[in-house]
Amino acid sequence: MTDFDPTSVPYRERERSVTMEPMREEPVSGTEAIAEGDRHDELLTINIGPHHPATHGVLRLLTTLEGEVVRDVKPIIGYVHTGIEKSCEDQQYWKAITFVERMDYLAYYFNAMAFCMAVEKLLDIEVPPRAQYLRVAHMELNRIASHLFAFATGALDIGAVTMLWWGCRDRDLVLDLFEMSSGQRMHTRYFQVGGVMEDIPPGWEQKTREFCKVMPQRLDQYLDLLDRNEIWMRRTKGTGIISQERALELGVTGPLLRATGHPWDLRKATPYSSYEHFDFDVPVGIHGDNYDRFKVRIEEVRESIKIVEQALDGLPEGPWITDNRKVALPPRHELATSMEALIHHFKLVTEGFRVPPGEAYAAVESPRGELGCFVVADGSAKPARVHVRDPSFVNLQSLPDMARDSLIADFIACVAMLDPILGGVDR
Amino acid sequence: MPDATGLELIAQRVRDKLGDESVTGTVFFRDQATLEVAPAALHDVLAYLRDEDDEPWTSLMSLHGCDYLPDEPRLGVHYQLLSMERTDRLNVKTRLGADDPRLPTVIDLFPTADFQEREVYDMFGVVFEGHPDHRRILMPEDYEGFPQRRDFPMGGEPVLYTFNEGKYPRWYD
Amino acid sequence: MEVTRTRVDDLRVRQLKAQQMLRGELAGKDLEEFVEERLLFTRFETAQNWARKNCLFPLGFGLACCAIEMITVIGSPRNDLARFGAEAIRFTPRQADLLILSGRVSIKMAPIIRRLYDQMLEPKWVISMGACASSAGMFNNYAVVAGADKFLPIDVYVPGCPPRPEALIYGIMKLQDKIMGTPGMGWRERYQAYGTEEKPEGTGVA
Repeated sequence: MTDFDPTSVPYRERERSVTMEPMREEPVSGTEAIAEGDRHDELLTINIGPHHPATHGVLRLLTTLEGEVVRDVKPIIGYVHTGIEKSCEDQQYWKAITFVERMDYLAYYFNAMAFCMAVEKLLDIEVPPRAQYLRVAHMELNRIASHLFAFATGALDIGAVTMLWWGCRDRDLVLDLFEMSSGQRMHTRYFQVGGVMEDIPPGWEQKTREFCKVMPQRLDQYLDLLDRNEIWMRRTKGTGIISQERALELGVTGPLLRATGHPWDLRKATPYSSYEHFDFDVPVGIHGDNYDRFKVRIEEVRESIKIVEQALDGLPEGPWITDNRKVALPPRHELATSMEALIHHFKLVTEGFRVPPGEAYAAVESPRGELGCFVVADGSAKPARVHVRDPSFVNLQSLPDMARDSLIADFIACVAMLDPILGGVDR
Repeated sequence: MPDATGLELIAQRVRDKLGDESVTGTVFFRDQATLEVAPAALHDVLAYLRDEDDEPWTSLMSLHGCDYLPDEPRLGVHYQLLSMERTDRLNVKTRLGADDPRLPTVIDLFPTADFQEREVYDMFGVVFEGHPDHRRILMPEDYEGFPQRRDFPMGGEPVLYTFNEGKYPRWYD
Repeated sequence: MEVTRTRVDDLRVRQLKAQQMLRGELAGKDLEEFVEERLLFTRFETAQNWARKNCLFPLGFGLACCAIEMITVIGSPRNDLARFGAEAIRFTPRQADLLILSGRVSIKMAPIIRRLYDQMLEPKWVISMGACASSAGMFNNYAVVAGADKFLPIDVYVPGCPPRPEALIYGIMKLQDKIMGTPGMGWRERYQAYGTEEKPEGTGVA
């Protein structure tokens, strides 16, 4: 590897774009010895990003290039750091849900779910079965939407622009469903501690079933476009390979780990929120290259559609939020008749519920990997510490391994298929 | 999760191997096992848990810090370990004072700790000795202060209402 | 059949007239009639603004969650920007007109956005999309610049968290009105709601 460490340049100096560095005499291991006349004599260290069409958000990649080959890449992050974790310490628990939702901004239900699971563990309350099934249905729909957006932007980066229109079109169908159940397309505050905010309206089930009928055909359309396409195969097959051991060492989870062949999925390994009632498979890849990641995501969308249909088929009757009035708001019709309900409502809205002291860590399987939420409670109505273990933050560490000694175009395909969401990376 | 007795057995095995003062306590709360470890023995405890224990914990899922301000020692660093074969989680916790918080890095054991240790340094000021790239990761690199500590002010701007907007000049004044 | 024949005749007559005008054969009243039917007089600025507003080149720049809604506006067939002529997204600021700041502006990113804005050529406009770019949004803390108008002149603020695609399109239409020079009625004028303004000295409640 090179001796020159681009991060040894002082911070403000590095804000300039380009540095050049004369190369050593012997060729770098891994490439054939280049003939005298053809040798490139410098290593170019440039910035890709933070403003760049192909980085998914504001990610800055300090790449050291030798000609067109990437020798080293250092991701520099922090450009969307919003101090969400510190802001949560100042808010009541149910208000903190809105903050935590905006971390991984494509998988908003998963953020809220991890936080709610951790707080429910601390409070030691039970979530009613109807709420669990509704949570599963919404989370799987969000997984479908997130993967569709990943296909749309990933294919756009690789060059297949039609996929952008199709992916966004189908994602709009899912967002319509979210809007019907909770009123907002993104960042719905639908999951609350103890259940879901309110019951699904009549007609939601019908619309979701129609969506589930339409979606597999759409997936086949995407595969017709991309799967037998020579350009797509050449761009994604065999590029960005990472071995299973290295992925496990780096803490990579989610579709990237499953593409290398390791079938680790939290929905099957440590089932939460009644996932054990559903019958679905976990798609696993073989080589760990970009093509396998793409196929794993496609198959995951198919499995999610199956889960949504099963959730709708088996949706139990009952309350949609816990009955514990100290945690969940009482239904409004009780406020007119019961004094206690009024007092609970008042306390919950002004001060919020208090959580006994303790620490809890809860993990869910988000579309990018293991999303964990660590909550420390100190007995008051505000959390003392909220930390979210974001999957993209940890998956990004595998980017230098994937990209070493590959061409820039393959490197961009790696970033596209890695699917980092910078809101989660930077929090 | 290891249950309470399993946790005690793990603590006992670590004490046998590394000495009594390495494990300072165990907490078993809501089915979650936490092993509290002294900072000096941290690297050895994690190496033992990863390699030599009868029930090895091979993956580090999350490394995060916490500021327990009124309680001393003030800063806490948590290591969330996962064993994929047994689908088990164990939390290893150390507490440090805020005067000169230093910990050995665990990158040689778990390469996933790279970015996560930088984040703990950035947010809390815990120095990880031996980290190859010890710089701030989320804040700008010449930032002063460690934002996530409890005594760091929240920052931000005052919200302007009618009664106080006269007091704060706008940027165009 | 008569109808189509007269229409075809009408078209043919018009074509012949146009041919005559180009050859210079029309004169007098015929020429005046021709000119009144075809030509349109306006000021140069109005024509220029009309061209500019219908051909905005947004800079492809997304920061956070609002960027997803922005990509939905640009890329989704349901609400798309191509109907306004703004579909040509340029990723280099040298060729772009319109900077849509979508997402929270952190302190690390602010100098970079300022640089991007400086690199854009005149005339340029900025839409601040979402609550986080207009004010601090919900993140009133150490890491977020409270509103991009601290370092950039902004033309249109679109509220929402994230704003619906229709809201963003409404914001772009308002920007188009602004470019034309007719910035549109404020709400006070529309609803004739005078008489409730606050005193500028901030005398407060009492």
